[in-house]
Amino acid sequence: MAGAPKDEWQERYGSSRQRDVPFATMSGIPLEPVYGPADAEHPGVFPYTRGPYASMYRSKLWTMRMFAGFGTAEDTNERFKEIIRAGGDGLSTAFDMPTLLGLDSDDPMSLGEVGRCGVAIDSLADMRDLFSGIDLGSITTSMTINSPAAPVLAMFVAQAEETGIPRRAIGGTLQNDILKEYQAQKEFVFPPRQSMRLVRDVIAFTAAEMPRWHSVSISGYHIREAGSTAAEELAFTLANGFAYVELARQAGLDVDAFAPRLSFFFNAHIDFFEEIAKYRAARRIWARWMRDRYGARDERSMQMRFHAQTAGVSLTAQQPEVNIVRTAVEALAAVLGGTQSLHTNSMDEALALPTEKAARIALRTQQVIAHETNVAHVADPFGGSWFMEELTDEMERRAGEIFDAIDAMGGGSMLEGCIKGIEENWFQGRIADSAYELERAFNAGERVVVGANRFLEGNEEGFGDILRITQEQEERQRARLDSVRRDRDDAKVAEARDRLAFEAADPEANLMPALIDASHAYVTLGEMMSTLGGVFGRHTEVPSI
Amino acid sequence: MPTRVLVAKVGLDGHDRGIKIVARTLRDAGMEVIYTGLFQTPDTVASAAIDEDVDVVGLSMLSGAHMTLAPLVVKALRDRGSEIPVVVGGIIPDQDADELRSAGVAAVLGPGATAHAVVSTVESVVR
Repeated sequence: MAGAPKDEWQERYGSSRQRDVPFATMSGIPLEPVYGPADAEHPGVFPYTRGPYASMYRSKLWTMRMFAGFGTAEDTNERFKEIIRAGGDGLSTAFDMPTLLGLDSDDPMSLGEVGRCGVAIDSLADMRDLFSGIDLGSITTSMTINSPAAPVLAMFVAQAEETGIPRRAIGGTLQNDILKEYQAQKEFVFPPRQSMRLVRDVIAFTAAEMPRWHSVSISGYHIREAGSTAAEELAFTLANGFAYVELARQAGLDVDAFAPRLSFFFNAHIDFFEEIAKYRAARRIWARWMRDRYGARDERSMQMRFHAQTAGVSLTAQQPEVNIVRTAVEALAAVLGGTQSLHTNSMDEALALPTEKAARIALRTQQVIAHETNVAHVADPFGGSWFMEELTDEMERRAGEIFDAIDAMGGGSMLEGCIKGIEENWFQGRIADSAYELERAFNAGERVVVGANRFLEGNEEGFGDILRITQEQEERQRARLDSVRRDRDDAKVAEARDRLAFEAADPEANLMPALIDASHAYVTLGEMMSTLGGVFGRHTEVPSI
Repeated sequence: MPTRVLVAKVGLDGHDRGIKIVARTLRDAGMEVIYTGLFQTPDTVASAAIDEDVDVVGLSMLSGAHMTLAPLVVKALRDRGSEIPVVVGGIIPDQDADELRSAGVAAVLGPGATAHAVVSTVESVVR
């Protein structure tokens, strides 16, 4: 018989390293790394409800990973450097709408969208500018991109290889979660099955050649922002995760060869306890399904690690300074729920992309939680609370009902269930229904939003400067793209595109090597995507309200 | 005759939470609502508005492209000889709202607009 969870935890905790800070309250009361009876769940011990690691933040605080991107690659590179100077220790790249849809900045559909809500990346030249002067060995990078995830990863690899960093040494995260695009975020390009082939290619390629890379960041954030409930966010996200596991296993990969590099991304919304319960339930469900349904044997395949971002939809345009408070409460929930990295939104994001000052205050909010409040000393401080344990169980029960529905849609396959649910607008309809219910409660005054439907005094006061993206930046980016097209070797471009089309037509081929070669030849993102589109076709959603 | 509204997503922005809520809100207020779906151009929106003989066009925008695209929708309608009013809603800073109105946009609804504000704004531009 295995020892009590506490014994297992103790052994793991004993072999972990600790940060050099006093683990005590402000008044000097010493604090244990975790509290609870010996036979209770413990962090770092299956099913990991209380955290993936035994020592949690005693070994390492969460990564303060700030999401940024606007204008040209040079503009965003400056903001990245400012974040690092201010003490941020991770980067996450926001791309503009044309890049998210795999269009070049000079495409007619890109008019007015270039660099507006993220950075414009057209070719290897932009990727090089984006990370110029940033040590990618010490700062990990996440790239929030999905439909063109494989081509953008290829450009990132090409850029790193140029600077002499071998593939095996490149660390970072690619969002690459296409299923939630059809369900919620809606930046899709190819039909679901063709898109899933690209996801498969990234998982297989990185598992073989990029051991430090996180191949998919399975994202509930956008599902929640689109209006789902917390239980729907939890269940849809994990169902998508199971779908990727089934996809990779169908491609012949052993579950333990890729699952340790899957990570998650959840929303940190304003309902404090429900969010913490959601994270706890997510870890427990993932661990059980990975072991029991998918046969994982490596513990790392069962240990859910996640990034969190505070809820953009909870912010108000009225009295924007109040958003600092909302973000602080949400960030605290993410930390008490055991997140591995965190982005905090800025107070002005219901109006525009954040100014440098607003983004700095958002980072400072994390630093206050990390260094002033002592909340990071004890793992899962709510563990054992009757309320929190019951709420965690209830989240798990509600998610279970949703898994049953998806599994039934797929005839015993979560992969097929997710695809069928997308094709039949099942996910989209549920999310829209939940969003409308929240809106009804807001309009009825049952759900109070300070400054929006109550406590309106002060709404008439103006707010300071917001970030303006100019048409000049769009023109600068087009000029940059013109010069790339002029200076490259057209024969190499044609050859690379021919090879890409040829390999895309072979469903067994892995497209990553062809995409990396195309990146080196300065084939643009729009060209790669239109070449693939010629083979894959395009997805259109049947509009429904 | 109920008011007929075309709600549209123009450009590359996939954020459709707001437009679906607005569509349902207007429908629940007794209006006939047609949703274009995502990724429309100013021309496809103007053509659909005229073909469907709507009383008002509603655009929902989050991506920051409103200053470029909303005036182009107004122009596409006027070029076709239509006077259908255009209402824009979404992440629109105050100073942009003034400029949009001078570019021919009939009304602007910012973030946090209540259902009542949405319905009364649409009613006011149709009259």
